[in-house]
Amino acid sequence: MTLVVNGSRHEVECDPDTPLLYVLRNDLGLVGAKFGCGLGLCGACNVLVDGHPVHSCDTPVWSVEGKEVTTVEGLVTDGRPHRLQETFAEQQALQCGYCTAGMLVTCAALLEREPGVEEAGIRRALDGNLCRCGAHNRIVRAVLDARTNES
Amino acid sequence: MTPTPTTPTPTTPTPTPSLEANPRLGQWMTIEPDGRVVVRSGKVELGQGVLTALAQIVAEELDVDPARVVMVATGTDGSPDESYTAGSLSVQHSGSALRAVCAQVRVLHLAEAAAGWGVTPDALEVVDGTITAPDGRRTSYWEQVRVLSLDREVAPGARAKRPGAYQVVGRSMPRLDLPDKVAGRPRFIHDLRPAGMLHGRVVRPPSRGAILASVDEAAARRVPGVVAVVRDGSFLGVVAEREENVLRALAALRSGCVWKEEDSLPVERDLAGFLVSAPTQETVLSDTGATAGSPGGSRSVRARFFRPFLAHASLAPSCGLAVWEGDRLAVWSHSQGVYRLRASISRSIGLDPEQVVVQHVEGAGCYGHNAADDAAFDAVLLARAVPGRPVQVVWTREDELSWGPLGPAMVVDIEADLDEAGRVQRWVHDVWSNGHASRPGPPSSPLLAATQVEAAETAMPAGDPPLQNGGGSGRNAIPLYDFPRQLVRTHRLTTMPLRTSALRALGAHLNVYAIESVVDQLAVLAGVDPVEYRLRLLTDERARAVLCAAAERAGWGSGDRGPDVGLGIGLARYKNRGAWCAVVAEVEAEASVRVRRLTVAVDVGLVVNPDGVVNQIEGGALQALSWTTKEQVRFDTRTVTSRTWEDYPILTFSEVPPVDVVLLDRPEYPSLGAGEASIGPTAAAVGNALFAATGLRVRTLPLTPANVVAAMD
Repeated sequence: MTLVVNGSRHEVECDPDTPLLYVLRNDLGLVGAKFGCGLGLCGACNVLVDGHPVHSCDTPVWSVEGKEVTTVEGLVTDGRPHRLQETFAEQQALQCGYCTAGMLVTCAALLEREPGVEEAGIRRALDGNLCRCGAHNRIVRAVLDARTNES
Repeated sequence: MTPTPTTPTPTTPTPTPSLEANPRLGQWMTIEPDGRVVVRSGKVELGQGVLTALAQIVAEELDVDPARVVMVATGTDGSPDESYTAGSLSVQHSGSALRAVCAQVRVLHLAEAAAGWGVTPDALEVVDGTITAPDGRRTSYWEQVRVLSLDREVAPGARAKRPGAYQVVGRSMPRLDLPDKVAGRPRFIHDLRPAGMLHGRVVRPPSRGAILASVDEAAARRVPGVVAVVRDGSFLGVVAEREENVLRALAALRSGCVWKEEDSLPVERDLAGFLVSAPTQETVLSDTGATAGSPGGSRSVRARFFRPFLAHASLAPSCGLAVWEGDRLAVWSHSQGVYRLRASISRSIGLDPEQVVVQHVEGAGCYGHNAADDAAFDAVLLARAVPGRPVQVVWTREDELSWGPLGPAMVVDIEADLDEAGRVQRWVHDVWSNGHASRPGPPSSPLLAATQVEAAETAMPAGDPPLQNGGGSGRNAIPLYDFPRQLVRTHRLTTMPLRTSALRALGAHLNVYAIESVVDQLAVLAGVDPVEYRLRLLTDERARAVLCAAAERAGWGSGDRGPDVGLGIGLARYKNRGAWCAVVAEVEAEASVRVRRLTVAVDVGLVVNPDGVVNQIEGGALQALSWTTKEQVRFDTRTVTSRTWEDYPILTFSEVPPVDVVLLDRPEYPSLGAGEASIGPTAAAVGNALFAATGLRVRTLPLTPANVVAAMD
């Protein structure tokens, strides 16, 4: 199968029903997206498919053939981090950081879709992304900052 | 209780337990010729930012740029043994040790330079590791490494800096691990991909104590790339080349199993009744004459509080990695105590500890004794079947929520006898709970798989740490308030239907909730404002200070907040000897309990990293809010049934209120841990705010609509 991930084409040999997450982590060496639950309930595995956040843990790899997959590693353009990666650092918007990659791609898609999104909208968009450490408010501040600086 | 006297930080480092156990300078650090300072701590990164705080302490005492400091992850092949990273003691123990080590290393380097130049050390200046004499001659720590060995005993006497002179400590230095994590670079144990790595999974029994009668392995072995099926007694696992295939094989193996099962768990609906009627061991934590004589009051307040079992519910399932090379074993784990894990593994597997190396690698957030150690041992057992090849085991989400150690369910009874004027004459606090400590490491509890193999080890019911270490069931059961006669007892269950162990704050969660609820009730009975009532009972100045700071910041006593809205306050000093923390919660209660704001005031003594402390306090408050309003491990008579995020929901972004943290900086006092201080006070504040909003004292956690309705008279 041929996959386009972060702008690069990759040939992978595996069962087409293999969850995208395992192909990314085990075949392509892109370990940014994380396994959290395997049921699409926590958001740790989120990646973008044609710009939309999806749970890569329960998305079979056949379904993304011919589409653009973007992982947290692909948020960097020309060596420059995404504005959200900068604001997450500025706000120290994590504790353990296991949920961070999923948060970043979800928010990147949100800001593309809705550049002026308000706080309540950010929280709603992140309700499918769980954080156990309690870094929520920092994450929301980081997204608000990224928004302000982009507009 | 009598306020514990506190003394200002001595500038001469005092011995710490960490230094006593690891007394050679070279165990703690190496200065490299290339200008790096390589630091080995026995404390591990759990997502709490401890490595950053420790690096700040090192940079401060040595006078080097923090960028030179390289924090090495703890491993049994060279790190100091500092036991567990637990109890909010890392900055206290490892920080004190490193401060003393660095102060001495600095003195040694200055003495070396001074002797060579014929000047006194006092005349020298150090800037970023470069030593300069008054006449301009220069050398540096890195130039001196060839002549100055750190292979020597730690000696007392080197003066550490005065806090007033701090440049690096006290600043919000960014987290060292953050750049990797926002870039998605490999950082977690789950991300390790050593050459030839295989994927392993374990079939956990369908119920507690189930015996594997037989298994048909044929279907599992037919899955492509399956390398081994491992069965030892009731321990069953599979190893495969690819992760998706090991999961298929796991499912196939599971459906090929025949188990012998029986009921072994109490009835969930009557869990409180079970706790107070099960066999227990009683310990009196405090008795100041409350048992003697008559009850001695004209009226009494009695109340029973309950919390269910709680899950750690970390975002990542536990993970372990192991490889056997001949009779040597290498293990990677996100354990809180790599030396204890090594002891446990080597004993169960029949190796000398010297044949086993356990290396710490970061996992997701760790809030106590989770399944990290168990997953490591799973990997050891599976890797034994494929010598020379590393095996990574990742638990399923379902196993993580149901088979990991749980925070114990608890009952607290409080009885307060009052005189005519409403003053407390006698205070009795009883706790029923399973023990809060069953960490691995001889002679305590075996790792999970060790209880399932053919030569099974028996799991003893969890114990409780002694009160001088903060206690377990009885943590924070002794009130901060000056009650004249008090009796505080724990009743630790000597039977353990569900495995329990340390979860953040241990018993402090419910003990503080209960004490603060009753104190609040007494304030209402006395017709006194709850903050004012507490102040009348408090002589501990630092407790009074956080109470007043939280109340003031929250606008306590001012303004109308509207119908169904109330403010509540909670206060505790963690372990009665750690950080002071007070929380004000603003709660709106209509169909459900909604917390609109939390205001937290905290005193952790000398603050090493202000933003790090705020992050920990805020995180603790939000986790406590999640436990207190939402969380409950569900079970039937055979096993835990809350196995996904749908059955075990935690706080979501839309439910998270703003958290305002006031940090009372006390540089003149020793640093105290921040990770657990806000748990009890937050829970208590929410419960008391719910009362203020509704007039209901809800004493059964979590504060779900059902439990609120059940509390109506």
